[in-house]
Amino acid sequence: MTKTRFDCDPDTDIAWCPGCGNYPLLGILKEALEELDIDPSELVISSGIGQAAKMPQYVHSNFFNGLHGRAVPVATAIKAANPALTVIAEGGDGDMYGEGGNHFIHVIRRNPDITHLVHDNMVYGLTQGQASPTSPKGMKTPVQTDGVIAEPFNPLAAAISIGAPFVARAFTGDAELTKNIIKEAVQYRGYALIDILDPCVSFNKTNTFKWYKEHTYRLPDSWDEGDRMRALEKTFEADPLPLGIFYRRADRKPSFEEQLPVYASDKSPLWTRTRSPEQLAKLMK
Amino acid sequence: MKSYSVVLSGEAGQGLKTIETLFMKLLRQSGYYAFMTKELMSRVRGGNNTTELRISSEPVYAFTERTDLLIVLGKNGIRRLEKRLSSDTIVTGEAEHLSDTGVPCRKIPLPVEKSLEDIGGTLYANTLVSGLLCALFSCNPETAYNLISTQFAKKGADIVKNNITAFDRGMKLADTIPLHAEIKKDESVEARSKALSGTESVGIGALAGGCNFIASYPMSPGTGVLAFMASHADEYGVVAEQAEDELAALNMELGAWYAGARAMVTTSGGGFALMTEALSLAGCIESPAVIHLAERPGPATGLPTRTEQGDLNLAVYAGHGDFPRVIYAPGTLQDGIELARRAFDTADEFQVPVILLTDQYFLDSEGVIPKVDFSGNSILQHITETTADYKRYALTKSGISPRGIPGYGNGIVRVDSDEHTEEGLITEDADVRIAMTDKRMRKLKNLKDVEPELIGSRDYETLVVGWGSTYGAIREALERLGRKDIAFAHFRQVYPVPKGAKALLARAKRKILVENNVTGQFGNLLKQETLTDFDVRMLKYNGMQFSVEELVNKIGEAVKL
Repeated sequence: MTKTRFDCDPDTDIAWCPGCGNYPLLGILKEALEELDIDPSELVISSGIGQAAKMPQYVHSNFFNGLHGRAVPVATAIKAANPALTVIAEGGDGDMYGEGGNHFIHVIRRNPDITHLVHDNMVYGLTQGQASPTSPKGMKTPVQTDGVIAEPFNPLAAAISIGAPFVARAFTGDAELTKNIIKEAVQYRGYALIDILDPCVSFNKTNTFKWYKEHTYRLPDSWDEGDRMRALEKTFEADPLPLGIFYRRADRKPSFEEQLPVYASDKSPLWTRTRSPEQLAKLMK
Repeated sequence: MKSYSVVLSGEAGQGLKTIETLFMKLLRQSGYYAFMTKELMSRVRGGNNTTELRISSEPVYAFTERTDLLIVLGKNGIRRLEKRLSSDTIVTGEAEHLSDTGVPCRKIPLPVEKSLEDIGGTLYANTLVSGLLCALFSCNPETAYNLISTQFAKKGADIVKNNITAFDRGMKLADTIPLHAEIKKDESVEARSKALSGTESVGIGALAGGCNFIASYPMSPGTGVLAFMASHADEYGVVAEQAEDELAALNMELGAWYAGARAMVTTSGGGFALMTEALSLAGCIESPAVIHLAERPGPATGLPTRTEQGDLNLAVYAGHGDFPRVIYAPGTLQDGIELARRAFDTADEFQVPVILLTDQYFLDSEGVIPKVDFSGNSILQHITETTADYKRYALTKSGISPRGIPGYGNGIVRVDSDEHTEEGLITEDADVRIAMTDKRMRKLKNLKDVEPELIGSRDYETLVVGWGSTYGAIREALERLGRKDIAFAHFRQVYPVPKGAKALLARAKRKILVENNVTGQFGNLLKQETLTDFDVRMLKYNGMQFSVEELVNKIGEAVKL
């Protein structure tokens, strides 16, 4: 693997299972960031809890490894407090679509300039094999003993319909495509979602590497990323699963932080600002 | 101290607020001190709301039962207030609204509708009442005209004119009311003072503490602070965001502090309950946090628009695991400003969550206080520039590690909700776990306590203990009792229990606890921390604040025992 500025201490004890899809993704992410020439001290990865959410532990960069489900509001606030930072929110399907489901809706409505990486393995890994919001119907688990009853959540359709300006699906088995999408997403000025198919070797015996290889295909080069309705329609294709940038809004939608009055005339991060006694005296008028 | 108590009673949506705003401004501009408290029903229109305005020559901070003048604007306005009427009380309002009481009082019909017939009727009733009050308390009508013109300017010249006419007619009707206010006015009051609500005091204090980020989910009675910050966002450079839920709100706050902002949330008990996981996160990642917790009676939705001091236990014990925290509870509007400001300093210096514990009574009260001088105010940012070898959780003697933020310096800032190493990386090493726990728990060793204020004689036999918003009522009750052997200890820092508490309690022969909750939560905390118990507990939990008279009677009885 290529050496990057984002490599962590080589002696780090990595908590993932051998063969986990997170390993190739870690390499892909670091390479993408290196190729974008981002300074590790200007990058923040906000994550929650789960195997995917451990990712920043293994990347040499700033991170906020907070609570299960809450990486997105944290990321939104970090970007709002200092828009100069590059901010990534990262976690798994349970973390982002289950526990953090409400934030998923509202982060899209706000449209902060953050990249949202969701490792989607269609199962709970850290808690050992229960169904996730994206598990297919009928999947048997130690809890869903007769098979999953609920309809699987379709994150791409939800994102496009709520108004996300950048919506993509990647697969850790297609490194080249995944790296390119991550680079596009990080550079995109606005909220960018990448749902990343990422096999769980321990708990999802159905959706394996081989299964994903056989049940995915790349969107053709001729795909019109600017056509929202066609993109939405495309998200309903379940087998095989399309990979690529489904939708990228052609015109630029202003980001959340760009629209905050605090940055209307002064672009400096909040921490550099002061408030004078004269300003405060006005509060006593 | 001479004071008058005017009570307004009306339905929600009838415009009590207009009278309150106008009259409070008039009073201050005319040289009076005033204090206003409200009791609302949980509805947007209808029901029956009451507002008490106390007019005085000195600062007043308390609610009294005594009613000198009751103005009834709607039906059934008297019945709910019967206990507060006496043969001295003047009750006025439309004749038809005065009949529903058998309690003897001096009823004076006020021809509101008839007086306003030609200009549009009862729509202007509130302005007419303002005129009536203006004349009764000899305020300057010119001031009122200016205020009316400003307030209704947007609605057009006709509306302004009608309001002024209604105001004048109200002034004329004052001759029919036999209330002769004899309160000394001091015209210098206006220049020296500021009229504000408890809500505004918290907002002003937060701005003085450097707050530049607030994320919150609306919940009464905490919402006002979010609205205050939003209305000052442009001028003071504040990010004010309505979060999708309380989970998002406090997590946003922590993200903002991490990136160098000075952030807060405002909420009430139910919302705070949802924030408790993030509170624990603040403890683990050693993030500063300021949380305004505005109490209302629980459990669950309880009495959403009333008051109680029922969430102290929640504030003290919320969050899984052990971590340090500080809780302040303002008793006066000055306290609101000072403690909100201080909350930011304490949170930042010690890297702990600080909870500002208020309640509906405190927030919705309005009063006149001496102006606060901010000329020496400095916002101390405890942020360090990082170097390549920076460790967010460096073990130090004080337990406090220099706080870096991303993008300032060339170091890396890692914060982790798992137990972590000095570098902020996940660990399961037992020795590191012990070292980190001990580090966190020693952080408050150098905290300068806000010691309780002792009011009254130092040689007390009886000590009355209260905290937060009961300040005004207890203080005034003891003044009225006038006994040299009773003192009042008012706690503004309720957690950690200040170091001086034990000695104060030990000196008393008799200890009386006054709390606005059913179990005496603070009394129990003091007992646990100081091993001293109370002889008498005066607990109120009907959703209302203590009145001065109630405490005069109860404390008077207790000291006879």
